[in-house]
Amino acid sequence: MKDAAAIVGIAESEYTKWGRLVRCTEYQLALETIVRAVEDAGLALDDVDGFASFSNDRNEFCFAATDLGVPEVRYAGMTWIVGGGGACAAIADAARAIATGTARCVVVYRAIAMGQFRRFGRALAGDVQGVRPQDAALGFALPFGLVNATVGMALLVRRHMHLYGTTREHLGHVATTFRAHANRNPAAVMHGRPMTLADHAAAPRIVEPFGLLDCCLETDGANALVLVGADRARDCRHRPVWVMAAAEGSGPRWGCGAWAMHYMPEDDYATGNTRTLARDLFGRAGIGPADVDVAQLYDHYTGMVLLQLEDLGFCARGEGGPFAASGALGLDGALPTNTAGGSLSEAYVHGLNLVVEAVKQLRGTAVSQVPDAEIALCASGGGIPTSALLLRR
Amino acid sequence: MTYLPADMPLPAVTDDTRPFWDACRRHELVAQRCGGCGAFRHPPAPVCWRCRSFAHEWVRLSGRGTLFSFAVVHRPFLPALAARGPFNVAVVALDDAPGVRLVSNVVDAAPETLRVGLPLEVVFEDVTPEVTLARFRVRAG
Repeated sequence: MKDAAAIVGIAESEYTKWGRLVRCTEYQLALETIVRAVEDAGLALDDVDGFASFSNDRNEFCFAATDLGVPEVRYAGMTWIVGGGGACAAIADAARAIATGTARCVVVYRAIAMGQFRRFGRALAGDVQGVRPQDAALGFALPFGLVNATVGMALLVRRHMHLYGTTREHLGHVATTFRAHANRNPAAVMHGRPMTLADHAAAPRIVEPFGLLDCCLETDGANALVLVGADRARDCRHRPVWVMAAAEGSGPRWGCGAWAMHYMPEDDYATGNTRTLARDLFGRAGIGPADVDVAQLYDHYTGMVLLQLEDLGFCARGEGGPFAASGALGLDGALPTNTAGGSLSEAYVHGLNLVVEAVKQLRGTAVSQVPDAEIALCASGGGIPTSALLLRR
Repeated sequence: MTYLPADMPLPAVTDDTRPFWDACRRHELVAQRCGGCGAFRHPPAPVCWRCRSFAHEWVRLSGRGTLFSFAVVHRPFLPALAARGPFNVAVVALDDAPGVRLVSNVVDAAPETLRVGLPLEVVFEDVTPEVTLARFRVRAG
């Protein structure tokens, strides 16, 4: 699959705080964004013959293809990689469909208008029904207050603090660095809202060790990306961004429900569940972490960024905190990361906006451009079964 | 008085998990032990993740454990928690069931006294006539 497919179109809707998208339905937002991504590619909707998404996006392809008048659908993929772990997997599905000749032009999209449906941060009480495997797992979590991702990830990061001496200030360096990126990005929800380490330290506690500024935004917004094969990529409007490699999956015993992932082997506990993916990703691309110019890492919580940096080999295990504190994630750092502000400070489109930003970096059109960026790494949600990409220009 | 309010979500009991919850009602802590390789496992499952045997037995445990990780929840994510104030969620490693961890709470420790490695022992809280939860208290080291 290496370099068989390229991302040639991208689009992002306006981003708002959750509930403030009122001008149209979430579904219309998805359709508008798909249309704009196809335009960005210099293609027509009649060229589109595939759709991929993740996290059971509500705006199902069959409605989108019908309403957009797509003449022929030849691929439709919804990954089973969990929730925010699935953004890179959806891109990988699209690339595989193209590499195998299943489809020629695949749109990957995700739209979230939390105000029109459900806030992600809200607990999942009442969702227990029937006797699915996850119901049993939730029975060992919900009654004890493990009711959402914030609690689940806080437990992983607390263990990391115990093992390696990671501090709240280390988390603060992630939050403030990404906020600085967002402050240069007019589209970011947190544009114009600077943050200092003192602000981070003083923020209200949510689930210790996390305060408010350790938690991603809850926003409304949508993204779409268009992928085609090598035969068409060079004729598109922008410089193609090639899918060098993709990896997805999980280490052992991480999958016992969305946040009930506390039963994996001890050596896996204080990680982002990205170590096995890193091996596959770099192996397939034939490069190493030192070759990566810019990273886009799923930042649902500051601490999980540290764990993924370690898993992916950008620093040694346990060194994520000092690595972030060294300034490595800044625009002039060793590994500029989440250069548009990420889920913490740009918008929460379930991590698909991170892939959009990676494409901008490799096109050379990012607001906070990493000079001459050639290779970008994207990683989807850590701490669950997840996925990752290496992209190159 | 239970550690968390009585209107918190209750466990969904399935055929796989019923023996665990029935034991809690008897104020006994149990875990599944594989009939093939003898390894303990949790949460309850039809099959051993190590040797893939579907044979198992339920073994009563001492209830002693060690704090493996913890979080202190300040935000009332559920209506049931609106008046509760901060509380902890604990991951407890069980001393006599290697590799088994329970998600639970430490009922008698202020947040600032919690630390990984804290010795714990089980306490049972009857939250309804039908449901008893296994929680933990600090044990003299």
